[in-house]
Amino acid sequence: MKHIIVIGNGMVGYKFCEKLEAKGGLNSYNVTVFGEEARPAYDRVHLSEYFSGKSAEDLGLCNPNWYGDVGIRLKTSELVTEVDTEKKTILSHKGKQYNYDYLIMATGSIPFVPPIKGVEKKGVFVYRTIEDLDAIKDYGEKLKKGKCREAAVMGGGLLGLEAAKAVKDLGLNAHIIEFASRLMPRQLDDGASKTLQKKIESLDIGVYLDRKTEFISGEESIEGLKFQDDTALDCSMLVISAGIRPRDELARKAGVIVGDRGGIVVNDKMETSAPGVYAIGEVAIYNERIYGLVAPGYEMAEVVVNQLTGEDKRMPPEIDMSTQLKLIGTEVASFGEPFIEDEDTTPIVYENKQKGVYKRINISSDGQKLLGGILVGDSSDYSSLHQVYINGLRLPEDPETLIIGSVGGDGGVILDSVLELPDSARVCSCENVTKGRICDSLTDGSCCNLSDVVAATKATSGCGGCKPMVKDLVNETLKSMGQEVKEVVCEHFEYNRQEIYDLIKVHKIVSFEEAILRFGKGHGCEVCKPALASIFASIYNETANKQVSIQDSNDRFLANIQRNGSYSVVPRVPAGEITPDKLIEMGRIAKKYDLYTKVTGGQRIDMFGAKLEELPLIWKELIDAGFESGHAYGKALRTVKSCVGSTWCRYGMDESVSFAIELENRYKGIRSPHKIKGGVSGCIRECAEARCKDFGVIAVEGGWNLYIGGNGGANPKHAQLLAEQIDNETCIKYIDRFLMFYIQTAAPLTRTSKWLEKVEGGIDYVRQVVVENRLGIAEDLEKEMQGLINSYECEWKQAIEDPEMMKRFKHFVNSDDTDDNIVFVPMRDQKMPRPWK
Amino acid sequence: MQDLLNEYQTIGVDKVKVWVKAGTVDDFPTNGGACIKYKKKQIAVFNFTTMSRWYACQNLCPHKMEMVISRGMIGDKDQIPKVACPLHKKTFSLENGTNMEGEDYKLATYPVRIADGAVFVGFSE
Ligand code: SRM
Ligand SMILES: Cc1cc2nc3c(=O)[nH]c(=O)nc-3n(C[C@H](O)[C@H](O)[C@H](O)COP(=O)(O)OP(=O)(O)OC[C@H]3O[C@@H](n4cnc5c(N)ncnc54)[C@H](O)[C@@H]3O)c2cc1C
Ligand code: SF4
Ligand code: FES
Repeated sequence: MKHIIVIGNGMVGYKFCEKLEAKGGLNSYNVTVFGEEARPAYDRVHLSEYFSGKSAEDLGLCNPNWYGDVGIRLKTSELVTEVDTEKKTILSHKGKQYNYDYLIMATGSIPFVPPIKGVEKKGVFVYRTIEDLDAIKDYGEKLKKGKCREAAVMGGGLLGLEAAKAVKDLGLNAHIIEFASRLMPRQLDDGASKTLQKKIESLDIGVYLDRKTEFISGEESIEGLKFQDDTALDCSMLVISAGIRPRDELARKAGVIVGDRGGIVVNDKMETSAPGVYAIGEVAIYNERIYGLVAPGYEMAEVVVNQLTGEDKRMPPEIDMSTQLKLIGTEVASFGEPFIEDEDTTPIVYENKQKGVYKRINISSDGQKLLGGILVGDSSDYSSLHQVYINGLRLPEDPETLIIGSVGGDGGVILDSVLELPDSARVCSCENVTKGRICDSLTDGSCCNLSDVVAATKATSGCGGCKPMVKDLVNETLKSMGQEVKEVVCEHFEYNRQEIYDLIKVHKIVSFEEAILRFGKGHGCEVCKPALASIFASIYNETANKQVSIQDSNDRFLANIQRNGSYSVVPRVPAGEITPDKLIEMGRIAKKYDLYTKVTGGQRIDMFGAKLEELPLIWKELIDAGFESGHAYGKALRTVKSCVGSTWCRYGMDESVSFAIELENRYKGIRSPHKIKGGVSGCIRECAEARCKDFGVIAVEGGWNLYIGGNGGANPKHAQLLAEQIDNETCIKYIDRFLMFYIQTAAPLTRTSKWLEKVEGGIDYVRQVVVENRLGIAEDLEKEMQGLINSYECEWKQAIEDPEMMKRFKHFVNSDDTDDNIVFVPMRDQKMPRPWK
Repeated sequence: MQDLLNEYQTIGVDKVKVWVKAGTVDDFPTNGGACIKYKKKQIAVFNFTTMSRWYACQNLCPHKMEMVISRGMIGDKDQIPKVACPLHKKTFSLENGTNMEGEDYKLATYPVRIADGAVFVGFSE
């Protein structure tokens, strides 16, 4: 077998091994990897997370046993000191010599340290390896005990900003020193830099632009920086982040051709000037540039793996250098050509100083193409703009709508259909799956639905952000193939939710088993079971205690599961109104069970960190103190938010608290396709944010205005006006009808806003049904709602009164022990779950 | 963390040295799971009533290393019995513990035997 030697076990060196293994390359090659660092490859991109709780082990790119398991010889702490490209041998610092057939140089780069007087002083660091961070941390700890806690970071680029934030998180006062006249000079223009600077300064990080450091003062250790303009900064630490230099020393010594300013020169196969020698990652200079990002490095690794396994994949001529800044506490992104300015380009700039938002896009002067851009303060449009840029999509007639939103519309880039994306569009960037691959897998017959596509392409299995787009693509493609895409609940039921609802009601089915036997197939799953549980609840108002094993896990234990498997407890506090006595009781109980408490976004109090077996004990005490379940765990009514209204407020037009309490108590316990939230505001100042709720009521001259279909969350939507100037009774009547209509007809896990979007005819149609009674079902809807309201029962009360039900709340069947895997750590006078690794 | 994961290794029926009594059949919910403790191990035991089968696997979800699998919902995908973790709904085959979305995570599984209304789980030590 031929022998491959990889020099460098960094991110790209590792990726090469991973890809070679995945392609079956280890059947034809022996591989030996040399790494100078003491540990196997780790995630340098997320290095700063080492300061926020991640261990070196957590940052590891794979299980350390992986190399051995797949048969790769990994030699850590072993520096390669010489390469002989004629004899095809390498020599390590241990004096051992090895032969290779192919050599992969993946030696990365080192931080550039400018030749400034005093850089050798104690307290001056670079920021690249775990060891660097350890040293910074130790020194920082010492500084915190002394007088001067000032720390400077030299370099206001991507990395410098990240380092400054890290230094600040260590408890030091951070200052960024930048040579150029703006921050992130390679990615941002002046306007963007100014916006970013403001934001950074508001985080208490100093920013000094146009500063050329003359020398570093201090005896043995650094005490300050002296700049050429005669200004100075006292500081006891300096982290240098002034760029990188490729580690090409080995290649240089071996006579392999390197670039004028360093870097091993490669062609589009990643071949160097020496036969059998490849260079990849930050050490490689391709198209006369080095690429300080991992994605191009990964692509280079893939090219070499392909070359070695008999395929001829080449590096593309253009490499995308779009970047998003992470961590600093503000959003920054730049893509394509961020600041070209010539006659072929028209920049469009939007700036909102008050909000700290700066956006710029560069359009070709014919208005056809997006050439690049910058987003500071709000980068929510980054992915769609990036898709438009990278795929060269045609622009809308008014390109400015791309960043400022079209008049009256949603704004942003709107494709008429996802099928308009070119085949090469990378839809899932985690797994690198293109639109073409998704569509082909359907048209060639190898996949017939979404789950097939996910299994075949691995799309959506990374961060999951592309799920909606993949789903749309699958549906649109199937439609274009003439297949009717029926929205079925899952593989077990060939019906949509509304059909199942009707079947269960008409046939008076009372259990999941019966339903699946008669109308479905198989044994059910985590999709159809909760969907049917919700339907049973809506028809018979049975609580989650009835058919326990078809309830979603949270409903099954009547509490929200938290990060570490403990639970939260949220008693109902209708409309947010609570007496001092009840507050005291809640405080007493939280203290007794050592629970973390927080006021929620829904105007009530959440108590976190209860162990499963503690839940009934806590609830017993809460119920004794007059509380009820808040259904925070259920797809059910959550809260009806209120403002004080005319009771106290000088502008109040009506008693919003009283009405909110009435509404919350009316609909409490009612299960629905998704959670339901309400709000009641005492006047149009709208302090209860009623128009962000599924139903919102606002007091106006002459009665209440009723709005429906509002939503916060990921896709905020304002609720739409259903009826104006109505009295309390009418308002309740309409909400009854509307909610019941929604409960009967919506797809599973569809909030009212999404439902309203899909209802043909939209709000006008819903008004006809709810207000004008066009379908003649208004009375039935009211009756059904009243039935649900009349049969309300607090399910926690039910549970604690029944010893059989209580068995559910034990961690072990065969032991009274508690889960010893649950560990809490202290946080701001309270506690929290131990961080995830 | 890795050490914790290594505690759990799939045991085939042929490797069983001890059958540990986990409780009575009634201690376990129908079509659902509950957790048992054996030495330091936490094992999720499922009573898959509609399939007339019992399954056992580690209670530790390999995704985020929390002891929660027994609280997951069970069901089938193309007739293969599976459990969905309550935290992020990753699903695992109850037959061999593999992740059904094709990811690297895996659950160790253990044999279950029912005798005289009692439930026994098999261990190699
Ligand atoms: C505790 C709380 C955050 C806080 O600390 O304040 C919270 C916590 C959670 N929210 Fe929320 N949301 C909380 C108020 C909100 C609000 C604000 C509000 O209600 O006014 C919103 C935006 C309004 C809205 O829903 O339209 C909100 C929008 C969401 C969403 C997005 C829903 C959407 O339609 O896009 C989710 C995800 C989901 O439901 O699918 C979510 C899901 C969650 C979950 C259930 C996530 C999960 O599965 O673990 C969190 C668990 C809570 C727990 O364990 O108790 N939470 N969540 C708030 C509890 C309010 C309460 O008293 O019940
Ligand atoms: C703090 C930080 C944040 C970053 N953030 C991002 C980001 O958000 N996005 C992004 O795309 N990129 C980011 N990067 C850049 C990214 O980490 C690099 O592009 C990537 O690590 C390059 O991989 P590489 O394998 O080429 O080099 P490296 O990961 O540096 O690996 C090279 C390895 O080779 C070893 N080596 C060198 N010479 C020898 C020798 N002679 N013998 C043996 N071993 C040798 C080195 O010790 C090193 O371990 C960040 C970098 C840092 C430091
Ligand atoms: S916003 Fe996200 S992280 Fe915060 S509580 Fe809601 S779901 Fe959890
Ligand atoms: S912890 Fe189980 S799926 Fe995330």
